[in-house]
Amino acid sequence: MIEGLALLDLGVSPYSGDVFHETPLIIYLFHFVVDYAEITFMLADVITAVALYLAVKDYNKQVFRKQKFALEADRYPLDCLELIRSPKEMYYIPLKVAMFYLLNPFTILSCVAKSTCGLNNAVIALFILSTIKGNVLLSAIFLSLATYQSIYPLTLCAPALLYLMQRQYIPVNFRRASFWWFIVQYAFMYLGSLFVIICLSFFLLGSWDYLPSVYGFILSVPDLTPNIGLFWYFFAEMFEHFRLFFLCVFQINVFFYTIPLSIKLKEHPVFLIFMQLAVISIFKSYPTVGDIALYLAFLPVWSHLHRFLRNIFLVSCVLLACSALFPVLWHLWIYAGSANSNFYYAITLLFNVAQILLVSDYFYAFLRREHHLTYGLYLKRKDGSEATLVLK
Amino acid sequence: MAAYRYGYSAVLFILCGLSVFLVTNGQETILTGDDGAAAVDSPQTVTETAEQTAEQPAVEERQWEVTEVEEASPDEAAADKQDASAPETLVPPSVPRPKDDFQEELVIRPLHSGDIYASFQFRTLWETDFMRGNKVSHYRLFPKSLGQVISKFSVRELHISFTQGYWRTMQWGQPFLPAPPGAELWVWFQDSVTDVDGTWKELTNVLSGIFCASLNFIDSTNTVQPSASFKPLGISNVTDHRFLRYATLPREIVCTENLTPWKKLLPCGTKAGLAVLLKSEKLFHSSFHSQAVHIRPVCEDWQCKTTSWELRQTLSVVFDLHTSGQGKREWSLFKMFSRTLTDACPLASSSKVYIDITDNPEGEQFELIPATPLLSQAVVLGDRRTFSVYDLTQQITFGAVRSLNLLIRWKSTEGDMLRPLLHGERYVAGYGLQTGEIHTLMYNNHPYRSFPVLLLDSVPWYLRLYIHTLTVTSKAKDNKPSYIHYQPSKDRVRPHLLEMLVQLPPNSVTEVTVQFERALLKWTEYTPDPNHGFYVGSSVLSSLVPSIVAMDTNSTQERPLFSSFFPCKEESSYFVRVYTEPLLVNLPTPDFSMPYNVICLTCTVVAVGYGSLYNLLTRSFQIEEPSLGLAKRIANIIRKMRGVPPL
Repeated sequence: MIEGLALLDLGVSPYSGDVFHETPLIIYLFHFVVDYAEITFMLADVITAVALYLAVKDYNKQVFRKQKFALEADRYPLDCLELIRSPKEMYYIPLKVAMFYLLNPFTILSCVAKSTCGLNNAVIALFILSTIKGNVLLSAIFLSLATYQSIYPLTLCAPALLYLMQRQYIPVNFRRASFWWFIVQYAFMYLGSLFVIICLSFFLLGSWDYLPSVYGFILSVPDLTPNIGLFWYFFAEMFEHFRLFFLCVFQINVFFYTIPLSIKLKEHPVFLIFMQLAVISIFKSYPTVGDIALYLAFLPVWSHLHRFLRNIFLVSCVLLACSALFPVLWHLWIYAGSANSNFYYAITLLFNVAQILLVSDYFYAFLRREHHLTYGLYLKRKDGSEATLVLK
Repeated sequence: MAAYRYGYSAVLFILCGLSVFLVTNGQETILTGDDGAAAVDSPQTVTETAEQTAEQPAVEERQWEVTEVEEASPDEAAADKQDASAPETLVPPSVPRPKDDFQEELVIRPLHSGDIYASFQFRTLWETDFMRGNKVSHYRLFPKSLGQVISKFSVRELHISFTQGYWRTMQWGQPFLPAPPGAELWVWFQDSVTDVDGTWKELTNVLSGIFCASLNFIDSTNTVQPSASFKPLGISNVTDHRFLRYATLPREIVCTENLTPWKKLLPCGTKAGLAVLLKSEKLFHSSFHSQAVHIRPVCEDWQCKTTSWELRQTLSVVFDLHTSGQGKREWSLFKMFSRTLTDACPLASSSKVYIDITDNPEGEQFELIPATPLLSQAVVLGDRRTFSVYDLTQQITFGAVRSLNLLIRWKSTEGDMLRPLLHGERYVAGYGLQTGEIHTLMYNNHPYRSFPVLLLDSVPWYLRLYIHTLTVTSKAKDNKPSYIHYQPSKDRVRPHLLEMLVQLPPNSVTEVTVQFERALLKWTEYTPDPNHGFYVGSSVLSSLVPSIVAMDTNSTQERPLFSSFFPCKEESSYFVRVYTEPLLVNLPTPDFSMPYNVICLTCTVVAVGYGSLYNLLTRSFQIEEPSLGLAKRIANIIRKMRGVPPL
């Protein structure tokens, strides 16, 4: 980051080299605030926390309202009353979310490291807030900002569309004109603001150098510096002629789940946002701890799913152990020289497996609760004995 | 002006020499004709007489080299009129001379550390034009292989050096021809070349074949275009650095297979002349070995009407006789090269051996056998040095035994070396394999003059330099460079290039530090011994160092080859190029034994992610039906066939 500014001061295009990979807007933002960098990053974290607080508060209100309507309409089976969420337990959830984000060691780490991930998180949090508040224009603008920063938040447009349509009572039906009209409106706003931002960065720099340097860098993964993701060691050890194939396979992973997930979760766009954020942070090419912090902040929102989680204890133990082992094995490899790269790689693998299990566990629990809300909590077999639910 | 003065003083001391010391001169010429024992005595008698007339220091030399004296006087008038634009001019064409000319010389300098520095220079001049349309097909002295390279690739200047070992400037002083460890290649192309990169690529491959070296490993990742450090050394009007390419291979190991093709380029081969000394078994048993080829266009005459091509083949070697020797500090040509000189190369117009005796005016440090009456003075590297000259074209040099075996016997080890005014060092600081810091130290040992130095650093892309951490400090104060040219690296495409102009305060150390981060490479990009580390080429310090004595800007004069390599534009300073040590940097390495394992394990994790999500996405919750046992199912089938309701 500072390197980019130094290059700019030297009159060299920051994108002519391969050290700097941030977007032009970020560079110009920091041109003004470089002396207050610490404060900027703290501010970004606070903005994220406040935005998440307000968003979750609003979301909880809606959840409660919906639940009330459903209860009044007697749509829930009788034995599901213990699944109904009370306002008392929901009251502290927004605060918990904000605290989960602010006090998460991952957030603190990323803030101390002055990673621009904090800024990206702030933009995404503002996007979530504006979406939940129902502001279509702001939602599109923040989404295009987030896409501009790193390509992956593009997948968040699906939950945003679903949520906004749900809010405006537009049915998700492919044969309805209003559905398509809304999509066109949103796409226009989104692409328009993306166009404005990209042109703005072009005029700031006077060249298109930044496009390959920022997006080409994200997509083609030339930098194999160890991080907490899956990409670096895989592509360091990859045979050269399979590289392109596996690159495509790995990058598609992020975008691949969007459509099936939005079909499955079309009634629950906020949970879809959470799922998408988690998938992005697991499968993106240069993940950082800041990305994980963002989706972990949503966990308190799903606290009512705890009774259906299957292996939360194991997964959280693994996550904690891995977080502790990261610095240890890094030190052993890089500084002490008594371990080799496989040690650190093993930990990144385990960490990612734990993340995947965590996400799929929450997904399972969410689906199961929805199933119980429709069919009743204590299901009986035909012969009256207690039934067990299985996925088929 | 210097030439004028020089010529004037030269005339003066001929006159003095003739009139005042007529007797001494006469005595000496007789003595040289005599056998060795008499010749040893002669310098002592001369110095004794010289001591009596100490007020005339110019006259205390024995006899000046013939060529120099003769040419000084006719050049007087010419030198006055000569304009500064002709940097390199040769003998005025008063007599019709052949179109090509070959000179060879060997300079031997006893170093203060007890080592011996021997530097061979072979120069071929050819008045021809490779760039004309019609192909040059008739080659006499100039090697055809190089001539074809010049015309095919439109080369304006080509400098290539192969070096084994590191030149220790603080112990050995400045070399006549600096070279970095490993291979170095820099080429100026003609401005008619359109695709410089493509031509460069082809040229390196061709040179790699000619010199049997790994120059084909030069590609865009180690080639830079320095903007200021490497100016053309011959006549040239282009300074557009788009036509310059510079590359080093610090890892290159120089050995016999590089020496043999180099020797084949000489007109006499290794059959006659100085080249008979070039035996690889001795040359590579040394502390420092450097061989180079320099091709450049130079002026034919002082008006620079016609140009000719100069091919300089140089070979420098430092023998570590003191430590490896048999306890006695003495060396001879035979001991060093296991050969003696018997003749000059018949094709050579001049063939000389110079022995640096500046530190030994009275013969108190070492003794030179056989002694020579010929002396020569040359201003080289800002210092006026005195040399004993042995002219191999004169039969008399070889004496009665028909072979010349120079012998130096050390008498004392005292004496101080003139400290080199400019000196550079470099090292990597920091621990661990993540980050590090490159420190470059530049010493200005001049007591009261400051001078600017151009620092060139070319760092491979896998060390990611952070230019914002660049600091230049001298005498604990920030020393802001007046010029910075920085080109950031591109991964797997080009290296970092950092060029700076720094003013070095007098008597100081200037420290340049820059931090870097080490990259993890793909497993196929590592060298076969990755834990040995990666070499980073020497940084290059180029400077005009203030001279103690007036430099000889007049290049019309015939000078020894070793003093005429870098063109000199002004009297008060001389050009010096200093190479620092190459760096050896360790990079983090992946485990090379397990690409399959890594691919399998990572794909498994991705599959776990895909599988669990796919599972949840495609299936729905259902009540588990207790599955019937096998026996019951078979019974049901039978009951169905019988038409009885199932169990």
